[in-house]
Amino acid sequence: MKTTRSIFVCFILSAFLTGCDLVVLDPKGPQAETQADVIWLSIGIMSVIVLVVCAILVYVLVKYRDSKLPKDYEPPYIEGNHIVETIIVAVPVLIVIFFSVVTIITNNKVEATPEKYKGQDPLIVYASSSNWKWHFSYPEYNIETVNYLYLPTKRPLEFKLYSYGPITSFWIPQLGGQKYAMSDMVTTLHLAADDVAAMEGRNANFSGEGFAENTFYVETMKQVEFKKWVRDVKGRAAPITEKTFNKLLKPGHLGQLTYTGTHLGFSPPPMEHSGQPNDEHMSDSDAKGKHLDHPHSHE
Amino acid sequence: MGYFSRFMVPHASPAIYASMVAIAVTMFLLVVGLTYFKKWIYLWSEWLTTVDHKRIGIMYLISALLMLFRGGVDALMMRAQLAVPENKLLASQHYNEVFSAHGVIMIMFMAMPYIIGFMNFVVPLQIGARDVAFPRLNAISFWLFFMGAMLFNLSFVIGGSPDAGWSSYFPLAGNEFSPSVGTNFYMISLQIAGIGTLMTGINFMTTILKMRAPGMTSMRMPMFTWSIFVTSVIIIFAFPVFTVALLMGALDRLAFTKFFTITDGGMDMLWANLFWVWGHPEVYILILPAFGLFSEIIPTFSKRNIYGYKSMVASMIIISLYSFMVWTHHFFTMGQQAYVNSIFSITTMVIAIPTGIKIFNWLFTMWRGRIRFTVPMLYSLAFIPLFTIGGVTGVMLAMSAADYQYHNTQFLVAHFHNVIIPGVVYAVLGASTYYWPKMFGFTLNERIGKMAFWVLNVGFCLAFFPMYITGLDGQVRRMYTYSADTGFGPWNFVSTIGSALMALSYVLIVYMIYYSIRHSPREGASSDPWDARTLEWATHSPVPEYNFAIIPEVNSREPFWDAKYKGLSIFKGEYNKIHMPNNTGAPFIMSCLFFVFGFSLVFSMWYVAGAALIGIFVCMAQRSFQIDHGHYIPLEGVKETEANYGGGSDK
Repeated sequence: MKTTRSIFVCFILSAFLTGCDLVVLDPKGPQAETQADVIWLSIGIMSVIVLVVCAILVYVLVKYRDSKLPKDYEPPYIEGNHIVETIIVAVPVLIVIFFSVVTIITNNKVEATPEKYKGQDPLIVYASSSNWKWHFSYPEYNIETVNYLYLPTKRPLEFKLYSYGPITSFWIPQLGGQKYAMSDMVTTLHLAADDVAAMEGRNANFSGEGFAENTFYVETMKQVEFKKWVRDVKGRAAPITEKTFNKLLKPGHLGQLTYTGTHLGFSPPPMEHSGQPNDEHMSDSDAKGKHLDHPHSHE
Repeated sequence: MGYFSRFMVPHASPAIYASMVAIAVTMFLLVVGLTYFKKWIYLWSEWLTTVDHKRIGIMYLISALLMLFRGGVDALMMRAQLAVPENKLLASQHYNEVFSAHGVIMIMFMAMPYIIGFMNFVVPLQIGARDVAFPRLNAISFWLFFMGAMLFNLSFVIGGSPDAGWSSYFPLAGNEFSPSVGTNFYMISLQIAGIGTLMTGINFMTTILKMRAPGMTSMRMPMFTWSIFVTSVIIIFAFPVFTVALLMGALDRLAFTKFFTITDGGMDMLWANLFWVWGHPEVYILILPAFGLFSEIIPTFSKRNIYGYKSMVASMIIISLYSFMVWTHHFFTMGQQAYVNSIFSITTMVIAIPTGIKIFNWLFTMWRGRIRFTVPMLYSLAFIPLFTIGGVTGVMLAMSAADYQYHNTQFLVAHFHNVIIPGVVYAVLGASTYYWPKMFGFTLNERIGKMAFWVLNVGFCLAFFPMYITGLDGQVRRMYTYSADTGFGPWNFVSTIGSALMALSYVLIVYMIYYSIRHSPREGASSDPWDARTLEWATHSPVPEYNFAIIPEVNSREPFWDAKYKGLSIFKGEYNKIHMPNNTGAPFIMSCLFFVFGFSLVFSMWYVAGAALIGIFVCMAQRSFQIDHGHYIPLEGVKETEANYGGGSDK
């Protein structure tokens, strides 16, 4: 019957979930790991709930089907039962309380610098989207890339997200969940990478015709390697100018590009999330450009 | 030519030309058919001008079934495109238009009219009334909905479809990024249909508060009526927000205001907030009546009263309150702080508690019952486990830390189809079979009905369960193509097979209706074929114009059941003349003017819009000065009708 089938489907589902390497459940950083743990925990408890409901359903369907009952059986009139009703309220309440605690703890975890790497200064990367590309500015090193990210491992990463067009969502599933990039405020996403890996990142929020191909390449590398890459870029890449950047903003797709300098000076990000004007960005453009050359904290 | 070039579809394809031809042919056949069979007068006097809640209900249901076809074809096109990696069937722009139309049509023009159709047909019967509180307003509601739906569908062949998704987020939906008139169609047609829905809410709240039969206290109201009461309250609070949001959106597009733009202080987040302040209650507007329908079907086919009546009512009221406190969970990823997300996570999870109570109450209703596996009951039985899966994945999505990973993925798509299809669609399909005999006096074919049910059920599981997996594997929604090395291919192919089965079940359902109209026995059909419990089954099938010859008196929660088995009488007194409202063409004419008004706004044809607007106000003024006290069906007329049905209604 349909109920047995749905139980069956649940099992198949969980079997496949464990069997496959699903990117969300294959974390490469502490934030994604926290999220994968929450997902596994909730899948576990939720499966139990589904099984209980299915079990009760199968039981009543087997026991009280018309064809199985004596001809003279008349179902009774039952108003309700306080004990039963207390149980069906109390158990879900307890589950929700448990999940609430979990969700508060994990929310605070994913919204902060990862515990593991707390001692270090985070690497701040400004990630901005335009139809249908990603621009990554590394103010600390004064370089900028398009459609690819090189990131050091074992160092907290702080992404400052905003958009030059529709709302997009910055997502590197194996490092952690996504966050919106919007035109009128900057949002912050805290990530970190544990190991060296290559992976895919993308815009997850529909943004028009070129949305499907709005992806970027992500590579995490040892900090030494990363520094080497930065030096390399500084040695060979051309500087980004306002003119080049405005060309980059035009709708379309671009390959991977690399520049020295960042667009943050001549095309500053919108206000910070808190709604308060961000002092670095509100001061005159010279001071801003200078300030952004150094790592800083926004808290 | 310059003037008319605005009506061209910007991204025409063979499918669009084919639909243009199909629409033209259908219209032609309709006109020829109506003329040949001399049905124009019948159509006008019996349907277009009716204020009868039963006929309006049936028109809603027919529209919903037609829109299910349109939305279903969109779904099939999407599934066909995604069946294999790097498919070239649909271009990106076309795919975007298709999924935007699919979402809007399925929610606004399929699920809503299905629900409102049953609301119309069932509620006055269940509370022992002769019509709704404002029958004429009810007709306006329907025709506004209908014209809104037609206007939206027109976008496919004239001017171009909306392409910014059913949630139509700005700035993507603004002039800068959606320059075609598509989103104008969205803003204006939903506005017109939405006004109709808002009036429906007011109408049914009033009806349920004021028109109940003597003795029907609030705690004796049938569960479906309760669900509609709660739904009406949600409609009244939620729809005005949408009205304002749509107005602001339309102004941004047509009058170049800056509410949601990315320049000049516009705020794109404001649209998302307003949309979901309406949008989340909206899903409860759909699901609560569905719960109500299941709460009618399950007791009937379990031969038992509903378990835990009071907790059922309480849980609906709690759901309605909470439905307004969860909207932020649609954008946990917008950058609120952790504590804001935590609050909305918790409010969202709390909704699972009353919903869980309802699931258990349905299970306990069947416990110690006498379960018959009829088609409506099969839909209800499949609903319980499938909806539970949809519900628990909802709790998973509610945990905002994890939602950062589910958001915008196929996991989310799987979740909401998993609640809306087994929840709303199964409810309305089950209820269609359940209430069919009350509407038309004969039952639908059970064998084909069961076949359709099984095909749909298997199709549903195949179509949507794989999406949970691809979602966790990083397949985002609204992506028109994917590469082979993502590994999404096989799962998507399974989904496509599932969607084909769902399409087959639609064909079977239509065939079932056709077959039953041709072959189902009319003679000796009972007015109570299911051995039901509530008042709507106490009158004849099909229901006479005046519903009840004598207004019933209610002494319990299940008056009809008690009348049948405990010998309590519900129809006391003698026949009398019956006061009924007059038919009127004004709602239809006024809604046609609304259509012209909407159409000309979409294309910025200001003079025509102005003229249509004046016409609308003339209609209103005409109504204000009109004296219309309705009419009486004379005593002889009532007696004759009752005699034709073979005696009094269960006297």
